[in-house]
Amino acid sequence: MGLNIVVCVKPIPDPKYYNEITIDPVTKTVKRQGIPTIINPIDKHAIEKALKIKEQHGGKVILMSMAPPDAQETLLEGLAMGADETYLLSDRKFAGADTLATSYVLARGIQKIGEIDLVLTGTESGDGATAQVSSQLGEWLGFSHLWGVVNCEVKSQDDIYLKTKIENGYMEWSGKLPMVFAVSREINTPRYTSIMGVMKAKKKPFTIWSFQDLDLDEVYVGLKGSPTQPGDIFSPDMGRKGEILKISKEEAVELIIEKLRANGINIESFFSGCVRGERNE
Amino acid sequence: MNKDIWVYVEQIEGKITNVSLELLSEAHRLKTKMQRPGQVVAVIIGSQLEELISTVQEYGAQKIYVADDKSLKLYEPQYYAAILKKLIKENDPHILLVGASALGSQLAPTVAAKVKTGVAAHCVELKISENDQLVAVVPAFGGKVLGDILCPKNRPQIASIKQGILDKPVKIEAVGEVIKVDLSFLTQVKTNLKPLKICREEPKGVPLEEAEIVICGGWGVGDQDTWHYLEKIAEKIGGAVACTRPPVDEGWAPGEHVMIGTSGKSVRPKLYLGFGISGATHHICGMKDSGLIISINRDENAEIFKVSDYGIIGDIKQVLPLLAEAVTK
Ligand SMILES: Cc1cc2nc3c(=O)[nH]c(=O)nc-3n(C[C@H](O)[C@H](O)[C@H](O)COP(=O)(O)OP(=O)(O)OC[C@H]3O[C@@H](n4cnc5c(N)ncnc54)[C@H](O)[C@@H]3O)c2cc1C
Ligand SMILES: Cc1cc2nc3c(=O)[nH]c(=O)nc-3n(C[C@H](O)[C@H](O)[C@H](O)COP(=O)(O)OP(=O)(O)OC[C@H]3O[C@@H](n4cnc5c(N)ncnc54)[C@H](O)[C@@H]3O)c2cc1C
Repeated sequence: MGLNIVVCVKPIPDPKYYNEITIDPVTKTVKRQGIPTIINPIDKHAIEKALKIKEQHGGKVILMSMAPPDAQETLLEGLAMGADETYLLSDRKFAGADTLATSYVLARGIQKIGEIDLVLTGTESGDGATAQVSSQLGEWLGFSHLWGVVNCEVKSQDDIYLKTKIENGYMEWSGKLPMVFAVSREINTPRYTSIMGVMKAKKKPFTIWSFQDLDLDEVYVGLKGSPTQPGDIFSPDMGRKGEILKISKEEAVELIIEKLRANGINIESFFSGCVRGERNE
Repeated sequence: MNKDIWVYVEQIEGKITNVSLELLSEAHRLKTKMQRPGQVVAVIIGSQLEELISTVQEYGAQKIYVADDKSLKLYEPQYYAAILKKLIKENDPHILLVGASALGSQLAPTVAAKVKTGVAAHCVELKISENDQLVAVVPAFGGKVLGDILCPKNRPQIASIKQGILDKPVKIEAVGEVIKVDLSFLTQVKTNLKPLKICREEPKGVPLEEAEIVICGGWGVGDQDTWHYLEKIAEKIGGAVACTRPPVDEGWAPGEHVMIGTSGKSVRPKLYLGFGISGATHHICGMKDSGLIISINRDENAEIFKVSDYGIIGDIKQVLPLLAEAVTK
């Protein structure tokens, strides 16, 4: 049948290094120097799903990202996985967008490509992690949408089976295209990229669209078009004046038992090991 | 312009979720901070809701919109969001609080997009400013950064909050007026989705959110056999087992529903015991408010020690069997 699939991909600072992030107390900006930019990890699961659907039904896998121009390098990895082409939506005017303004620009990009059957996103980004872009993208496009998809079978345009996770359980759904859905990590294991894949990626179409290229109403764009506005920003002090103890395993167990008892847990006496004398005679 | 604070009361399989009750109590707390407060109003959507209404009243809803229909038995984003949109358009509330459950995390931004307003996502604290506006504290970068989020021009100001962040709900008897929502418009709602079924499993043992003692294992636990010690200890002392992400991926832990952190749960037990956890901010943000934190790690520079009251340098392969023996005697 041939499906045109867009996967929304967000370049983010690598979450492995978030312990190193600080806030500049004067400028009130996030200091993330030296932290490499990667594709949001969950978005690779979305790319993988799109590639699987393409393998089954034919069609095209298109990556789309709203990001600064230097994102081009990062997005190559998605093409190396096997996606066919990339659209980067980049303009100073997009800066400071909240989720409503981000999803608006993405939706207009998707509409400009046209005839899209399915849009996939990750459930949440590693940095902002609001988990809101997917649902709002569905709303701007006027497509039905689901969040937290852990399983999905596309049998035909009019026959899709979906499973979403909820607390302590799941829901099952039937649906029809077009649709937007946010995939969860559990859905699959993303493929690795090969050297060949990387070489091919560099030759694949890469289009950059700015504000002017898209049919945008400025009222909904960037920081000005965002209903939410940032106020103060800070890095919480989570530290405790803790003691670091180099103790034997027996002493460790003793300490834990003592604290359990202090919290009302009734534990009977136990053997706490022997200590040998240290006199050399 | 009214100053009403609305709470979306989520029910799943005819049971009101805990976070919804926490939000009702929070709405009352926010109300007391306002110069010119309005009412605390609840919205509940589903099928056969009569029995739930008294609970919503007991937790202080002064007005309750009830959308009760067979077609609403299972959550469906377009139906549920259309009802909230209609009620918002008709009543123009000041604030709307939504539980950041799996379904609520979808419903809040969907409603916001329909009425073109903002959502402060997964807030860790809510405040009221001098002019009665909502100031929501929102985490980013795995909790390493917190930012105030405001929604100065649009109404309602929507905020979503996970279960376990707010204080335990308290009963505030109110004779909430019950208003049945006219649902005749639902036939015009367009959707490509049909919910087929919902399946849930009651986890055995003490639920993680309610446990006073949490025994949390990380990648350092190393294997399934060592993992069993955690379960044994938890069972014996009436605590709950929790984990970081690697044990979920490895399959040692039962699943994401016991994971603590950004993508998992937020807990505040009296005592948190962490075994073989490095202390990534994604995990810490979900447990940092615990009463007493004890962690064991063989790396003396482990980040987790910085947020611990006691950091024990040790090999958990040795400590865990001994601890299990001590408590099971
Ligand atoms: C401290 C802080 C707090 C914030 N709080 C809020 C808040 O409470 N409410 C709010 O509305 N905004 C908030 N923002 C802004 C928000 O982070 C940005 O709008 C961001 O661009 C998109 O949201 P997200 O990263 O949370 O995406 P999510 O909704 O978590 O991302 C889900 C998926 O959407 C797709 N996606 C997201 N962004 C892009 C993109 N740029 N290009 C392509 N695909 C994308 C990806 O597939 C991703 O997996 C906050 C920002 C900061 C720094
Ligand atoms: C978007 C996003 C969301 C995430 N959400 C979450 C989340 O909600 N919750 C979560 O937990 N993680 C989450 N993560 C993952 C998180 O970043 C970390 O990777 C994870 O918390 C690390 O788990 P860990 O500490 O168990 O493992 P590691 O970081 O691998 O640490 C293992 C520790 O065990 C110690 N150790 C090893 N063997 C022994 C031994 N025999 N005795 C004593 N100590 C030993 C090591 O010294 C090390 O410190 C998320 C990541 C991303 C990108």
